[in-house]
Amino acid sequence: MSSKGPPRAAHPAPSGGGGSAAAKPQAWRSLSTYWPALALVTPALVVVGVFFVVPLLLSAIGAFRAADGGFTLAHFEKSLELYTRDLVFTLGIVALSTVLIALVATAIAGYLTLGESPRAVAVLRWLYRWPLFIPFVVTGQVMRTFLAKNGMLNHALIGTGLIEPISAQSMLDWRGIVIAFVWKQAPFVTLLVAGAMAALAREHIEAARNLGAPRWRVLVEIVLPQVRGTLLVGLVLSFVTMLSVLSVPLMINPNSPTMITVDVAYRINTFADYAVANALCLLSLLVAAFGAAFYLRHAVRRAESGA
Amino acid sequence: MTARLGPGILRALLLALFAFVIFGPLLNLVLWAFAERWYFPSKLPLQYGFTFWERVFAPRGNAIASLGTSVWIALLTVAFSLAVAIPAGYALGRLRLPWRGAILLAFLLPQAVPNLPVYVNIAQVFYQIGLAGTITGVVLVHASHGLVLAVWIASAAFASVDGSLEEAARNIGASAWTCFRTITLPLAAPGLMASAIFVFLESLDEFTGTYFVGVPDVTTLPLLMFNASMGGNYQIASITALLLLVPSIGFMLVVERFLKADVLAMVGR
Repeated sequence: MSSKGPPRAAHPAPSGGGGSAAAKPQAWRSLSTYWPALALVTPALVVVGVFFVVPLLLSAIGAFRAADGGFTLAHFEKSLELYTRDLVFTLGIVALSTVLIALVATAIAGYLTLGESPRAVAVLRWLYRWPLFIPFVVTGQVMRTFLAKNGMLNHALIGTGLIEPISAQSMLDWRGIVIAFVWKQAPFVTLLVAGAMAALAREHIEAARNLGAPRWRVLVEIVLPQVRGTLLVGLVLSFVTMLSVLSVPLMINPNSPTMITVDVAYRINTFADYAVANALCLLSLLVAAFGAAFYLRHAVRRAESGA
Repeated sequence: MTARLGPGILRALLLALFAFVIFGPLLNLVLWAFAERWYFPSKLPLQYGFTFWERVFAPRGNAIASLGTSVWIALLTVAFSLAVAIPAGYALGRLRLPWRGAILLAFLLPQAVPNLPVYVNIAQVFYQIGLAGTITGVVLVHASHGLVLAVWIASAAFASVDGSLEEAARNIGASAWTCFRTITLPLAAPGLMASAIFVFLESLDEFTGTYFVGVPDVTTLPLLMFNASMGGNYQIASITALLLLVPSIGFMLVVERFLKADVLAMVGR
């Protein structure tokens, strides 16, 4: 295993190399400097390439390929004809969930940063993380029971006198999906944002508090602008994740109108119709590209400044 | 804003409400796991018992077999991911590498793009080459996704190792390999352990990829839970869900011990 090269200083043009190093072309010299590192990275890149990038390209090709191998837009026409409502439904649910996640995460992280009761902060810090550790499938099952007509939510509302028993209703529709998404993803964004807030310099916050600014104004006008990047990254990651979760919509709201992921599974399991499934996937990729553009722009900036 | 309303009481009320939002759904799940009979107007189960637990844990029950399959797949995924991610993380964290930012970004791709098209098409390709419905196929799918976390955390773990210790070892004549084995690797071990835990959990909890690639022969615990739930058997589904929660919550409680702040600070650098 001598290919696990030494950290540094072993490869850049050894001094006893006969003085030919300077004569070699620049590109060749940098390649010989870097080859151990490149060799170490290559297997991982190959795995991502073969098992992620290639299938993604296949999806793009499959969406445009006719039965005879030629180019066609028929799959998109069929997708839009059958599933336009579901595309709008999907976008609406994911967008609404993202907005709610932003609000919840900002509120919790803000209280964790600015809260004045150490005990309340400690309790909140312990409480909010739990859904983070819970898989999406389990979240689906948990919400399926909690939000049902006979679920604990309705019993709690009836028990506290907030609703009459007669008006108890199942929330297992678009509301259930949104609730499940916010419940599961808000802690993740909160974790990121609270971490960023904790790293801020305290002087500005203290100064504003000393001048008598209420805490919500400190949060909105001083703290939030400084952690906007982290909040955005968390939201975009959540946005993309929610777009490709299959289990939650399948378990909470499998009937039309439903999310695109359910339609994709249905096209494949019922008709083995990979063409329309791929077209639907591509359409939801288009939605995600909008969000990912934000994320990648920020990530590039971070990777460059950190390198 | 709470100044005139008895801030202590209002705060306690809000925290109690929040606790209900977090734990209410989980409590509902626990109730279902022990409910023998439970239907609409009654607030709580009419009868509690362990009948369904006996069924789940029966020697010929599916749950034990699925648990075994899940753990085996997760272990293989960790082994495969780390075998590839440790060299890559070392190169990204310690060596000089051209296009370093671009390579780190490439490993982000599976997080930044919806995975559904990938799973659908991998399933189709695997079906043609006979990998669909096999453990190998599922492990490959899980590993290509788990790799992302593994590479990023491994890279951060190696970057946080103090370079002067390695130089000292090299100066007194240790070979590059000896230096890596006795200095770098042990110092990075907690971070690598953390990445192994994350990959293990991600594989254990993975649903969509297994749903498309694993059918019909590979039934992991999440798939078993899903099938029970869709079949209307809430007790079996809830018990299986609880089984799935144990490793997730257990590991997450210990993961902070492995993932130190100095490593976290290097993630994404």
